[in-house]
Amino acid sequence: MSRQRVSLRQELPLLVWLVVVWCALWQDFSPGNLLFGALISVAVARMFYLPPVELSGRFNILHAIPFALMFLARVMAASFQVMYFAVVRGPRVSKAVVAVPLRSHQDLLVTATGHVLSLIPGSLVVEVDRSSSTLYLHTLNVDDADGVAKVRREVRDIEARLIRIMGTREELEALQQEATA
Amino acid sequence: MNPEPSTVDIVIDAVSAVFMVVGALMSLAAAIGLLRFPDLLTRMHAATKPQVLGLFLLLASIGLQMRTFWVWPVLLVAWLFQLLTVPVSAHMVGRAGYRTKHLHREMLTTDELEAVVQAATQAAREDSADSPHTPMTAEDAEIESDAESAAESVGKPTE
Amino acid sequence: MMQIVLIVTAVILSLAAAGAILRIARGPSLLDRVLAADVLLAILGAALCVDMAVNQHLNNLMLLVAISVIGFVGSVTVARFVADRREEPLES
Repeated sequence: MSRQRVSLRQELPLLVWLVVVWCALWQDFSPGNLLFGALISVAVARMFYLPPVELSGRFNILHAIPFALMFLARVMAASFQVMYFAVVRGPRVSKAVVAVPLRSHQDLLVTATGHVLSLIPGSLVVEVDRSSSTLYLHTLNVDDADGVAKVRREVRDIEARLIRIMGTREELEALQQEATA
Repeated sequence: MNPEPSTVDIVIDAVSAVFMVVGALMSLAAAIGLLRFPDLLTRMHAATKPQVLGLFLLLASIGLQMRTFWVWPVLLVAWLFQLLTVPVSAHMVGRAGYRTKHLHREMLTTDELEAVVQAATQAAREDSADSPHTPMTAEDAEIESDAESAAESVGKPTE
Repeated sequence: MMQIVLIVTAVILSLAAAGAILRIARGPSLLDRVLAADVLLAILGAALCVDMAVNQHLNNLMLLVAISVIGFVGSVTVARFVADRREEPLES
């Protein structure tokens, strides 16, 4: 294959994930099944070769757990909010398309931010500009410039949380400088 | 099931019953949103968000009812699959919807993407100058005339 | 108690499915129909979940995963198709 091999360390999260999925689908976490799953995941990762996802190499579990809880709470809020809009406001709900420039230029982080934004209240990613890492969001319940500014602030806050969880060190430093400035 | 349910069983049953009803209500919310929202992108909010919570609640109620621990990983995997796939498909549909003008622009309070897309389509049109020109003005007038009838006429299936 | 819950959820899910089918029938555009079909699949998945929870079995679990994957692949494919058609003049 012409492309360069990824190191095992970079591939390890993918392999672990594949093994977990395999065992979960069989509902069997016995050692034999784990071993067979590991073999299959290595074979799959070798045969269906995709460009590797570039991980930053750090993952802060202390920030991840509160983020996961907040995410769950926001998903619930989102569902009830959409329910409220659907039942009460109906066709009269106001909407806007907002451009939000992000700090990070990493594919993984932009993707994660987009996913989280699509699931939390009132926003949906319509378009992504990868070269300038700008997200274009379709938002509900935004009437004026104040609302647009609020959306933008929220998005950048979520991105900051994600950077604290799994951003690179440079991004983290930039974030801290921004906070102190 | 044992004939005389203990207090724990009753509590678990009650919690999972509430979860199931709320999860089903989420599906209903999605359907109401689909029917009541005026355009495609707004309907997409309704189609994506309640699904995620609804499936979470229903899977949680299965996990509670089975009363074994080995089902939780597979339920978690099923939910994570949905978390990963729903935004992607919503984004694809939304992107296609925005670009094919299934959107009533006059109903947006702010639109910061329009200029970018206009520039991109302009460039694409100049690239393929030999292709027949799209009657943009007629369509725009149609959109402005009436929201509902415009939606019907723009999106008429090509049978 | 589970029987009551089953009936209540069945009614709610039937209403939801009726709404989604109505949106499939009314359209107005192809993408609306795709979206509504996706929601209909999700409602089917919810019904499978309720069945599993009430009758305490896991036979439908693979079907559930398969349904969500089919919904994903289907809507992404159609969205791609529609996005590609945009290059041609819009006939309406």
